[in-house]
Amino acid sequence: MVSAPTLADARDALDTVHDPEVPVLTINDLGILRDVAVEDGAVTVTITPTYSGCPAMDHIKGRIEETLRGVGFADVNVKTVLSPAWTTDWMTEEGKRKLEEFGIASPRPTTVTLRLPIRCPHCGSKDTSEVSRFGSTACKALYRCNACLEPFDHFKEI
Amino acid sequence: MSDPLLTYLLRLGDDSLILAQRLGELVSHQPDLEEDIAVANLALDLIGQARALYAYAGEVEGRGRTEDDLAFLRDEREFFNAVLCEQPNGDFGQTMARQLLFDAYRLPLMDALTASADETISGVAGKAVKECRYHLQHSITWVVRLGDGTEESHRRMQAGLDAMWRFTDELFTGDEVEATLAASGIAVDPSSLRDPWEATIKEVLARATLERPVDPRQRGGGRQGMHSEHLGHILPEMQFLQRAYPGQSW
Repeated sequence: MVSAPTLADARDALDTVHDPEVPVLTINDLGILRDVAVEDGAVTVTITPTYSGCPAMDHIKGRIEETLRGVGFADVNVKTVLSPAWTTDWMTEEGKRKLEEFGIASPRPTTVTLRLPIRCPHCGSKDTSEVSRFGSTACKALYRCNACLEPFDHFKEI
Repeated sequence: MSDPLLTYLLRLGDDSLILAQRLGELVSHQPDLEEDIAVANLALDLIGQARALYAYAGEVEGRGRTEDDLAFLRDEREFFNAVLCEQPNGDFGQTMARQLLFDAYRLPLMDALTASADETISGVAGKAVKECRYHLQHSITWVVRLGDGTEESHRRMQAGLDAMWRFTDELFTGDEVEATLAASGIAVDPSSLRDPWEATIKEVLARATLERPVDPRQRGGGRQGMHSEHLGHILPEMQFLQRAYPGQSW
């Protein structure tokens, strides 16, 4: 007999669900996975959007359902909450490291009022400039490194 | 009078959706690629805000209408956006003037609504306020750059501002809907947003070397469903698919 899947199984499985727009990050890395609860064999997952109009939310919801069914949960509920509002401060250190490796400058802490310069994820130079306040997805802005001349995305702080 | 909460949610949501539709018209028509991306992002945030507000409006109404029903199956008189939001894009100066006047109003509004006694409204506002702050920084950047730019950009920025100014009083004019809801801490009295708005506009216009327009021909009515001619042209395009193929989805 196969034993019923546990909370730990659910959490492990959710670590394989990635953000389709920043595929290097899992939903846990990104900080949008707010809660996982298992009760009487049913699993309830609570997620929060990064931006109000984030078009990836429906896709992520579908992936969560699919993944958890795949590890044996028959009853899967995905709840979306808006409050408290997501902040880039919820991104894990692991998530920030993966972003930098992927070539995206990670968000700076929003709690620090003194703004550090944005470092180029390619060469590490702090001599960078903003090209566009808006980028390829709602969560990013476009930058350019003045040292190595490479363009790069910056995950903007909110 | 219908449920004031329902009307209030539609007023907030319709501002977002109609302005988003206007901004959407500009995608691929902006002066540069970065601005194409910017308007698409602004519109996306506003559509996201509208969706959350409409979904809640549907719940409050209790007749089973979804966010899509509210966006695509209402007619002109049933939309309650401020007439500013439906004004044509005009040139880039006019687009940015409209955006500045709206963002400078929407930011203090959402900021105040984060303290709303209604949990759903405060939740939507908590997300929206961060987006609005970013939008306002963007519109300020452009208004200052164009106003304090060349002779031609200054002239056009001022003309855009002059053309949009007559739709601003409506933003700060409430009626019994806001009064009823403000009394129970759910809504914000729009007149209380005038001071923060004036302060932002004054500072930006000074930096942009632009004149504050004076226009006594103020035009409102949108909050009561009495629109300018423009909304009637926006809706057929926005609603075409659901009108032609009711219930279609993908």
